[in-house]
Amino acid sequence: MRSSEKDLKERAEKALKKPAVYGDDFDPSRFIREESNGKTAPDLDQRLREAALMSGFDLEEKNRSGSYFQKNDQVLYEKVNQIYHGQVEIMAIEQALEKYDWLWDYWWSAVAVDADKYTAYTELYQKGGYFIRILPGARIDQPIQSCLLMSENQGSQRVHNIIIAEEGSRAEVISGCTTVPKVDAGMHLGVSEFFIKKGAFLSFTMIHNWAENFYIRPRTGAIVDEDATFINNYLLLNPVKSIQSNPRAILRGKGAKSRFNSIIYGRGNANLDLGSVIELVGEDTRGEAISRAAAGDRSQITMRGKLLARNDTAQARLECKGMLLSPESTMQAIPELEVKGAPQADLNHEAAVGPISREAVEYLMARGLNEEEATSLLIQGFMKVGISGLPKILEQMVDEMVQTISSGGL
Amino acid sequence: MLRVEHLTVQAGNQIILEDISFTIPPGQTHLLLGPNGSGKSTLLRAIMGLGETKVVEGKIYFKGEDVTDLSLDERARLGMGIAMQKPPVLPEVTLQGLAEILAEKFGNGWETVAKELNCEYLLNRGLNVMFSGGESKRAELFQLMIQRPQLLLVDEPESGVDLENIVLIGKVLKFLLKAEKIKEREHSGLIITHTGHILNYINADKGYILIKGRLVCEGNPRDLFEEISKHGFEGCLECVVQKRI
Repeated sequence: MRSSEKDLKERAEKALKKPAVYGDDFDPSRFIREESNGKTAPDLDQRLREAALMSGFDLEEKNRSGSYFQKNDQVLYEKVNQIYHGQVEIMAIEQALEKYDWLWDYWWSAVAVDADKYTAYTELYQKGGYFIRILPGARIDQPIQSCLLMSENQGSQRVHNIIIAEEGSRAEVISGCTTVPKVDAGMHLGVSEFFIKKGAFLSFTMIHNWAENFYIRPRTGAIVDEDATFINNYLLLNPVKSIQSNPRAILRGKGAKSRFNSIIYGRGNANLDLGSVIELVGEDTRGEAISRAAAGDRSQITMRGKLLARNDTAQARLECKGMLLSPESTMQAIPELEVKGAPQADLNHEAAVGPISREAVEYLMARGLNEEEATSLLIQGFMKVGISGLPKILEQMVDEMVQTISSGGL
Repeated sequence: MLRVEHLTVQAGNQIILEDISFTIPPGQTHLLLGPNGSGKSTLLRAIMGLGETKVVEGKIYFKGEDVTDLSLDERARLGMGIAMQKPPVLPEVTLQGLAEILAEKFGNGWETVAKELNCEYLLNRGLNVMFSGGESKRAELFQLMIQRPQLLLVDEPESGVDLENIVLIGKVLKFLLKAEKIKEREHSGLIITHTGHILNYINADKGYILIKGRLVCEGNPRDLFEEISKHGFEGCLECVVQKRI
């Protein structure tokens, strides 16, 4: 074990009981097992296909430049399509750390290992995760896809991903985290560290498709260099027990840009505490954090957003909008703006929480849409309005899912 | 086509309309006149079944069917359609998105109509978001052109609209009210108007005056307008009092 690794383990050990700043607290150890519990869902192949699809993963790999697939702790495959060889690398993180000694310099450099007990557990019990590197100048015109699938009841995943978009590169990554039907409880800890180098563009979309008793703690950090752009889309439409996530992008290079789009549909008894932080350090940096949340059933949603300006020429905007669909649901929007040593910085925010407009529903009904169709159309639109740069596939997914949910499906 | 019998309507805790009765035969267009706050819009909205209005007494029949307890969408599917004076703002729905749904539902196209009604540039905008008076009226009629209702309920088609738009709106209403005559399915309308400008484009068969929630007078629409322009609605009230004496 190298000394830096030993140091990380020690820091993690010390943080094993450190609760997260936000979200409900739980003990990750109850989901940690050295060996598989063997309680795999039946008909796995068929269900696996279904689950992968629900997280945006295309098993046929049509219109994809490369894929990574991990089931529980096991990496099933990683692959770069022939025509993208020499432009993108995809492999299991362990393999990448073996292959590239320099990768250790990135390891835990965008997320602190001792941020909380969930980062600590990830370090100490980590199994898998992907390494994706878009090589300098490569323009990857088809999305790279990954799927982190859980097929064991009461099981867990503790993955650590690193994505590097080298200078002048351009790519889109769609990452689905999912579980197969009939698996209803588990924990997913996922650390993702992004490095978007000078002039690079990376659009990263995370689709969460969990089940009613899943505890999810993603920990994400991004370092964005000069003239680079990082777009982070997050989509959650299915029931889950608890998710707390607050990804942070540090725009350190001049002209760096970042945009966070979140589309959240709270269902069942979900407790969701979701936000994003954009730190504008470099000159002429630009940030946008846009959230749309609909709270159904008995879900509790907290939408956070924080913009921190450290440079006079920084500009950023935050927008949290929530729609309450059920009298038993709760929602709070907490926008935060902070300016430090940059009195000329321009930050603004808009937050609104309200019910679905009865007047709007009736207007559509007067045009012949039934109540279900009208409601679903309004929710679909609400989820997408103001959100830009969403991949087409995601737009379709949002429409289809909202329609299915509104008609009492799923 | 439409028969309203002894209709009493409440909005909130207040009775807004009391004991309203009238009939619009197939193929006829009737006008509804009255001062501000007399309940004209409430009557149209109650006939359509919009939620803030509650029928506490009386019946509404459409094509012989009692629709008093039918939902809004059921009434729309039976052939009733409304163009609101101030439609709500729906940033979530684009005009095109809705047009496509209506086209599928009612089996009519929308592209040509969008062009004719000069709505093309509005198609990708949120419905009624920052629409001007004229844009909003045209968007309402655009939807009705796809829906093609047999009974048109139109609330002040000329209010807040410039002359050019009034001409266009007038032509579209004329078309909608007569459109299906070739197929011998006659269309009817109930139109609220303050100015009577719409009479330059459509033939109205009858007019009603609504004051303080009651229909106080009916007659030839042009005659009614002439009277109102001479004596105002106060004149109507005096006339009603005299009739009672």
